[in-house]
Order: sequence, then C-alpha cells, then structure tokens
Amino acid sequence: MPLIDYANPTRFLAFSARVLPWLAAATAVLLLVGLWLSFFGSPPDYQQGETVRIMYIHVPSAWLSMLCYGVMAVAAVGTLVWRHPLADVTARAAAPLGAAFTFLALVTGSLWGKPMWGTWWVWDARLTSELVLLIMYLGLIALWQAVDDFGRAARVVAVLTLVGSINIPIIKFSVDWWNTLHQGESIFRAGGPTIDWSMLTALFTMMAAMTLLYAALLIGAIGNEILKRRADQMEMMAAGERG
Amino acid sequence: MSPHTGFIVAAYAVTAVTLVVLVLWVALGARAQRRRLTELEARGVRRRSAAKETA
Repeated sequence: MPLIDYANPTRFLAFSARVLPWLAAATAVLLLVGLWLSFFGSPPDYQQGETVRIMYIHVPSAWLSMLCYGVMAVAAVGTLVWRHPLADVTARAAAPLGAAFTFLALVTGSLWGKPMWGTWWVWDARLTSELVLLIMYLGLIALWQAVDDFGRAARVVAVLTLVGSINIPIIKFSVDWWNTLHQGESIFRAGGPTIDWSMLTALFTMMAAMTLLYAALLIGAIGNEILKRRADQMEMMAAGERG
Repeated sequence: MSPHTGFIVAAYAVTAVTLVVLVLWVALGARAQRRRLTELEARGVRRRSAAKETA
C-alpha cells in the first residue's frame, strides 16, 4: 500500500494499532542499551568528569525539541495547502510532545550548566532561542484551546507555526553566528564530530532510543486526537438531533 | 562518587518523570477516548460516515 494511503484517519488508526507494539518494544530495548552505555559503557570526560552523562539525555531532548517543530511545520503546510484532515491532527498531537522535550532540554542543560559553568542560566543565543521555542509551543497549544472552530484554529495555528519556524535555524546555528557560552557544534559538523567514539556510541544510542519513543508517542497521540474528534462530532450530532 | 552526582541524578529523574507523564498521557488518553466512543455508540449515536454505510 502506498505511504500516502495511510494519511486517511481510519487507515492510520489500523496502521498505528499494528505498529505501536513493535515500536514500544524496540524503544524499550534501545533505551535499556542506551542507559547501560550512558552509565557503564562510556568513560567520564577528561574535563567534565561524570557530568558528561547528562549530555546523553540533554542532546536527544534538544534534537527532539527541534525535530518536533519541524514535524509541525510540515503539517502546517499540509493544513494550509492541501487542507489535509491528518495535518492539523498531527500538529496538535505533536505540540505537547515538543513542549515536553524542549522543557527537558532546558532543565537538563541547566543541571549541566550549574556545575560546569557555575550558573543555572545565561541569556546567550542558544539558551534564549530554546526558551523562545518553549514559549512558542505553549502559545500554539493555548491558541488551539482558545479558538472553538477546528478549521479556523487549524489555519491560524498553521500560519503562526510557519512564521515561528524561523527560530529553528536560529537555534541550530546560534553557536556559529554569535559568541555564546554554550559550546559550539560538536556532533554534526563539517570536520566530523569532536567527541570520542566511546561517548558518541552512548549518545547516538540514546538519540535513537528517544527518537523511537517520540515516534511511538506521536503515533499514539495522533490516534487519540482522531478518536477525540470523532467523539466530539458524534456528541454534536446527538445534540443536534435532540435540539 | 562524583561531586556532581546530585546534578546527574536530578537530570535523569526529571527526564524519567517527564517521559512517564507523556506515556501515561497517551495511554490514558486512548482509553478515555475509546470509552467515550463506546458510550456514544451504546446510546445509538453513529458517525455520519457509519450512518451512510448502514443506510
């Protein structure tokens, strides 16, 4: 079956029922391996010592905070251009997940910053743009709650999501464009990673595990949103018949 | 033991709690929506597409 056929709510529910158990199992296995590597299978850093272990949850959280917004931006295009029924559902399901991973990136970064930098927080470009991302997620969630009409809310949120997507390259390249306390790019850079493979293995395993978890949560949340809209529609029909 | 153990434990604890909350949000949300749909169907309410299929 072509991939586009799954972009039908009923088919998507059948697809998620088949895929979720496998995805959950793969996530659990990879998470266990990743945690073992993070605590026992990787050495302490020569400068950071044991504190480097915070990186194994901070970096995946930061990566997912941006990936999630990317998913919402693609969904926003789907809402505005094709008015696809699953596009707004996907964006709405993704927003709380994005907010949660952004929150984790900020908190774990702060818990790393205190012992390493001597401060919980600095208003440098990377940290501030990540905080702006959290505020944007919360603002979009609030906007969905504030507008009763599904279609109108979807279009307004889609436009704002696309406007806000300018923040993603700012987060990514902030350490190159400005002089920040946050260290420069050390993984996905032109000259190759600056981190030793003994630590990169743990980091990539945790990134894969948390990305699988995110995928499972997103598929589950999209399914819930489809069911919620069905129930809302049926309640409105029932109310209409009574009235 | 590292002098920064407290920071490491706190970071993993906050992450674990947040991820458990997300899993519960999705799992309990699915249960709640399915219960809503079952109750509506028990009251004889059908979706527009389902009503067309039975007509």
